[in-house]
Amino acid sequence: MTSKNMTDFSAEKVIEIKELDKAFGSYQVLEGANLDLYKGENLVVLGKSGTGKSVLIKIIVGLLRPDSGLVNVLGQKVDEISYQELLDLRLRIGFSFQNSALYDSMTVRDNLEFPLVRNRKDLTKSEVNALIEEMLDAVGLAQTINQMPSELSGGQRKRIGIARTLILKPEIMLYDEPTAGLDPITSKEINKLINDVQERYHTSAIIITHDLTCAKEVGNRVAMLMERRFERQGSFEQIFNSGDQLAQPFFDYNFIQ
Amino acid sequence: MSIEQEKPADTPKPVSKLGNFFITLYHVFGFIGRFFKEAFLPPYEFKELMRQCYEIGYRSALLISTTGFITGLVFTKQSRPSLSEFGATSWLPSLVGIALLRTLAPLLTGLIAAGKVGSSIGAELGSMKVSEQIDAMEVSATNPFKFLVATRVLAATITMPILTFYTAMVGMLGALLNVSVNEGTSATTFFQSALENITFLDIIASTIKAIIFGFTIAIVGCYQGYHSSKGTEGVGKAANSAVVTAMFLIFVEEVVCVQIFSLFNT
Repeated sequence: MTSKNMTDFSAEKVIEIKELDKAFGSYQVLEGANLDLYKGENLVVLGKSGTGKSVLIKIIVGLLRPDSGLVNVLGQKVDEISYQELLDLRLRIGFSFQNSALYDSMTVRDNLEFPLVRNRKDLTKSEVNALIEEMLDAVGLAQTINQMPSELSGGQRKRIGIARTLILKPEIMLYDEPTAGLDPITSKEINKLINDVQERYHTSAIIITHDLTCAKEVGNRVAMLMERRFERQGSFEQIFNSGDQLAQPFFDYNFIQ
Repeated sequence: MSIEQEKPADTPKPVSKLGNFFITLYHVFGFIGRFFKEAFLPPYEFKELMRQCYEIGYRSALLISTTGFITGLVFTKQSRPSLSEFGATSWLPSLVGIALLRTLAPLLTGLIAAGKVGSSIGAELGSMKVSEQIDAMEVSATNPFKFLVATRVLAATITMPILTFYTAMVGMLGALLNVSVNEGTSATTFFQSALENITFLDIIASTIKAIIFGFTIAIVGCYQGYHSSKGTEGVGKAANSAVVTAMFLIFVEEVVCVQIFSLFNT
């Protein structure tokens, strides 16, 4: 298992988060969180369950509103733009859900076609079909095109979810626990897919996970979310070998060398 | 507008039940207001609207046919003894026609649709909410309110008057069967007699009631489903609340409508 190259910090920032606060009632989830995503990098956000990792990416895509702080995505302040501007911005962001969130009343084809026909009205029927086939090929599931989501395995559902997200050719990918609930072999396939997506479509990505194998395989950089903010950021090795008292218990518990 | 912005669960907890009631009322009216905005402003979801019209009509047709037919049959059977005491059994077709068109058909169709369609909408949207399918639509730059809520409410509002007149027709067939067997009345005589006392106002009143009932059933189902809490329990609650609330509102609306239309009759 080898780690990836470190982030190019001279690249453009595609996401900029400053002093982000978010609470649900009296429960403070994020407090003064700062994070940048650079163009072309895969940034892994590591942290225990319930530390606000998913909340963070839901704020980025405008599903949740921050209490305070700056959330700048592709040059736009997410909480200050109009709903139409937010919809336009979302076309440039792909969001892969933890449970895939496939439309269970539609076939795989219809799942992929759904965002396409609504947002790319310039495409002909044959172009739509070609794009669907291209995406299914990219995730290695061309044979499932006429199947229903209920007929797919957990790993296949994740892949179709990623294909549905990729079909709009987003600049940023947000993966919410991409390997959660999957066996090690399928997890490895998903990790490879995330790297393929980065190389093939030149996406920048935030990968939310508590799976250290995933973090090491896909991340150019790792940010550890602890105590409501990003306490440690760096390459996987930098954090793993730091002996940091806050980070180390997480690694000791989670990692089998 | 993100989902979170319109979610009642995110509002500060009120201190009293009365306060809670008014907060909910505020959100319901906000939801209805958003429906009118999303339903009548482009882009339109014609394909999904047509699909929903077919689904709502198809899902209810068999049950409505059976219930309507039995209601017409039984109503005629139960009314005969009272009318025969006065030697007025010839009034049966007229009585059944008026009763079905003015009240029984809209009310029956409304109650059946509340059970069949309302629960289905509540459960479907609740399940989509819980499994993040609504969020998935949001993040793929599709307006889920327009696609899921506006289409279902419009479809129910359009389909209910059709179903109501269908119920009335099937109910009359049930009544015809009873009258033919007992009095040997022909179909032509029965329908002439049944329709001669029905006024244009009766037809308009039934249509308006059906439209109101259809709108109520779908908007309640959509509201409950769209705002269902996490988990399968939330889906069950959404479906249950959709039926109970819609049925209650249908009875209230029936009383109000009858009062208003009786002013025109006099």
